[in-house]
Amino acid sequence: MTQSVVVQVGQCGNQVGCRFWDLALREHADVNKEGIYDEALSSFFRNVDTRSGGDGPDIYKGKICSLKARALLIDMEEGVVNEILQGPLRDVFDSKQLITDVSGSGNNWAVGHKLYGSQYQENIVEKLRKAAEHCDCLQCFFIIHSMGGGTGSGLGTFILKLLEDEFPEVYRFVTSVYPSGEDDVITSPYNSVLAMKELNEHADCVLPIENESLFDIVNKIHQMANSGKLGSTVKRNSLVTSSAGSAKTAQEKPFDAMNNILANLLLNLTSSARFEGSLNMDLNEISMNLVPFPRLHYLVSSLTPLYTLADVNVPSRRLDQMFSDAFSRDHQLIQADPKHSIYLACALLVRGNVQVSDLRRNIERLKPSLHFVSWNQEGWKTGLCSVPPVGHSHSLLALANNTCVKPTFIELKDRFMKLYKKKAHLHHYLHVDGMEQSCFSEALSSLSDLIEEYNELDATKGQSIYEFACMSVWATTSYSGV
Amino acid sequence: MSIVTVQLGQCGNQIGHEVFNTICSDVRDTHGLCSKKENESYRDACKERFFCEEQSEVPVARAVLIDMEPKVITQTLSMAARSGYWKYDDGSHFCQKQGSGNNWANGYSVHGPRHKEAIMDLVQKEAEKCDRLGGFFTIMSMAGGTGSGLGAFVTQCLRDAFPTSFLLNHVIWPYSTGEVIVQNYNSVLTLSHLYKSADALLVHENDVVHKICAQLMNIKQISFRDINQVIAHQLGSVFQPAYTAEGGLCYSRNPLGDLMETLVPHPEFKMLGLRNIPQMPENSLAYSTFSWPGLIKHLRQMLIANAKMEEGIDWQVQPPRLGSSIPSSHSINKPLHFNTSIANLVILRGKDMHSIDLGSFRDPSLYTSWLNPKDAFHSWKTLRAFNKYEKSASLVSNSQFLLKPLDNIVGKAWNMFASKAYIHQYTKFSIEEEDFLDSFTALEQVISSYTSL
Ligand SMILES: Nc1nc2c(ncn2[C@@H]2O[C@H](COP(=O)(O)OP(=O)(O)OP(=O)(O)O)[C@@H](O)[C@H]2O)c(=O)[nH]1
Ligand SMILES: Nc1nc2c(ncn2[C@@H]2O[C@H](COP(=O)(O)OP(=O)(O)OP(=O)(O)O)[C@@H](O)[C@H]2O)c(=O)[nH]1
Ligand SMILES: [Mg+2]
Ligand SMILES: [Mg+2]
Repeated sequence: MTQSVVVQVGQCGNQVGCRFWDLALREHADVNKEGIYDEALSSFFRNVDTRSGGDGPDIYKGKICSLKARALLIDMEEGVVNEILQGPLRDVFDSKQLITDVSGSGNNWAVGHKLYGSQYQENIVEKLRKAAEHCDCLQCFFIIHSMGGGTGSGLGTFILKLLEDEFPEVYRFVTSVYPSGEDDVITSPYNSVLAMKELNEHADCVLPIENESLFDIVNKIHQMANSGKLGSTVKRNSLVTSSAGSAKTAQEKPFDAMNNILANLLLNLTSSARFEGSLNMDLNEISMNLVPFPRLHYLVSSLTPLYTLADVNVPSRRLDQMFSDAFSRDHQLIQADPKHSIYLACALLVRGNVQVSDLRRNIERLKPSLHFVSWNQEGWKTGLCSVPPVGHSHSLLALANNTCVKPTFIELKDRFMKLYKKKAHLHHYLHVDGMEQSCFSEALSSLSDLIEEYNELDATKGQSIYEFACMSVWATTSYSGV
Repeated sequence: MSIVTVQLGQCGNQIGHEVFNTICSDVRDTHGLCSKKENESYRDACKERFFCEEQSEVPVARAVLIDMEPKVITQTLSMAARSGYWKYDDGSHFCQKQGSGNNWANGYSVHGPRHKEAIMDLVQKEAEKCDRLGGFFTIMSMAGGTGSGLGAFVTQCLRDAFPTSFLLNHVIWPYSTGEVIVQNYNSVLTLSHLYKSADALLVHENDVVHKICAQLMNIKQISFRDINQVIAHQLGSVFQPAYTAEGGLCYSRNPLGDLMETLVPHPEFKMLGLRNIPQMPENSLAYSTFSWPGLIKHLRQMLIANAKMEEGIDWQVQPPRLGSSIPSSHSINKPLHFNTSIANLVILRGKDMHSIDLGSFRDPSLYTSWLNPKDAFHSWKTLRAFNKYEKSASLVSNSQFLLKPLDNIVGKAWNMFASKAYIHQYTKFSIEEEDFLDSFTALEQVISSYTSL
């Protein structure tokens, strides 16, 4: 079996990562009741002999001794990482997996990318190599970061490039949290556009996430619970926010509920690589099937049923609803509507008691309402993993390579242009060593090219769709104008 | 003679396991409604073909298991061991840490050459366990990366290492709406390569088997396991022992050789399809009776109307009247939907067989004109009933049955190829556009050959 290493960078990256490790431990504890260190566990965890104290040798077989996350925790301030180290997950990490500084990147991509990048390069490479040495077949790096700040965005994408140079054979999957329209970070459009150029060039797959969407989903689940839709078994506050059965008992932070959704995204994405099933979907199959052209590697994700993101037991609803919901606008993890744009490819990763006939039936049923690009009319990739998420009977993760990501990018570009035209805040960037004006213009043209590639695909769709595109542009402008 | 089964990739391993299960339970659980002596010689012939029993309480499958990821093989081995009735050899599997990622090029150009020696060693070892080796039965899907890419590579290696053995590849044709987005590319590459090295390709379409599960087996929630059991039943109905000659005294010793000899008279035509009748849920069997003439009538109409199961057969389709057309234009005069054959083999298992008339399959109008109908049709028989079915009939056919699916796959792959989508994933592993073009050309040739029958 293969292993993956998670690189969590910046505040957002580390907070999301923290939720991931918590839920991953819970999932494995649920599947693996014997406490034996098995292949599935080995994909994200080392089993370390700590009896003689400290970071002992790896144990490959037998009882679980001490599980260590295959992770690198990086932040240019100490707060978040320190908190993790004092929290219930402290035993899962050790000091050799951390890189911190004190002052942060001040929401400045250039500080993260150029300044801290060159300053910490050696240290980072050394720790990455160490993490890689502990794997017998390293398949994938997962970078978790936000686009809007300085560290995750700047240093995170610096590391992405490092990974490409140092480990060209290993896949690079990036979970990127995009800033929302009302983001409190003024420079977030700069940081995001500068980071986008790196994602365009060096990532194998990017899973873009918008906090607005996460927020809406969390609310939706709360509403369902309060209106009693989930049935009488629901305890009011035992939703996404809760982590019953996991290590975490401390007070919950505002982002936790949202971050749990991302943690679930990563768990479901990797479940078929970790557990058995009648149609396995290894991580290397994701880019092979979903990325027809190297740069078009942005995948819009949706997770259904929503209640699987919460710790509630719900009387099982119709299975087919799970498939329908995965395509609806309000289940996407970015503000987008895949049904009204063009699919280049679509993957359905199913967990639990779902069989090939359920997949066939739902694909046949949903296909007429979806537009696939002309050369990929049957662009479906499916995976069947027999282990369901903890406490549930089934779940679905849909990954769409769909032109519906375009509006998010256009909006980002517009916000970038508003600042850039006035040269607002530019000097904060330009005085960082190695940062030049051309970095901005190149990043901008990289983003424009990407948007243009999506435009060309959209143009293949015909008149009625063109009208819709106009409408959605209108919708976003009027929205941001409020 | 013995057959060595080579199971490749997730699909190949899951189906292979089901095939051995079916064969084993056929000889173990049932007595075949025949004389004790008959049953014994059937069992012995079956064992010789598929199992070896040296130094082991339970029969050991003559099989080599290959995948590039460990999960499927681990599961397959342990399921077989748990059955308690048969098992795989402890040492005859090969796996690596990560799959080929649905990339044919990865399987063919990377894993193939890298693991050639280890894989061929296993195969050699398994072959040496056979007193007499008849050939290889390779099971694989053509949509993924391992079964398809590595499968094509291994088949070439088998051809080189065992030039006189028969190579039959069992190929799973993907669902038309896909499990793998690049399945049409992978299929085109697989088929074109297998066409060069295998003696014949025996094809099962997932769409068809799925339909059989839904409509004939009445299964509500269909799993791959259900599908594989139907496939295994059909394969068993062909490969279990049968008498190849009228009034034969002993079971055929060379099943693969006999099959090729009857069905593949020309190397340009090596696509074989399989149909069987009846097929129904086990609990309905007790309430059903069948007559041979009825079964044969259905089977023949399934052949000429290209129906892949006994439900929904188009009874309007009739063979063309011979002599009414001049040879050069006869494909134009052919009745609509008529499926022209090159060669057919009918296998009958069960009692009361003396009065059977297979004349309807010898009708020259069923066949292409360049072959003598006498050579184009054969039948194998045994009184020994198969797998709880009192009577059963199977048809292996070399005919135009796959023309449409093949044309579809090539068309879709070509469409994608024209937009250059996904090509970079293949060139990464040194399969270039040229290679694709060669494969397209090779399959166009196959299509045109079958079309002009
Ligand atoms: N979903 C989610 N978003 C977060 C979280 N923390 C911060 N964000 C978002 O991330 C962006 C800010 O980036 P941070 O990750 O805080 O910045 P950083 O990478 O630590 O960089 P500096 O603080 O500038 O050194 C804003 O868009 C926030 O809304 C979190 O825990 N979850
Ligand atoms: N009938 C049947 N088809 C299967 C089964 N498993 C997979 N398939 C089909 O096989 C194709 C996928 O190929 P796999 O066999 O899973 O791929 P692989 O050979 O393991 O190759 P990689 O996973 O890419 O390394 C799809 O068309 C599936 O529909 C099975 O158990 N039975
Ligand atoms: Mg910070
Ligand atoms: Mg596989």
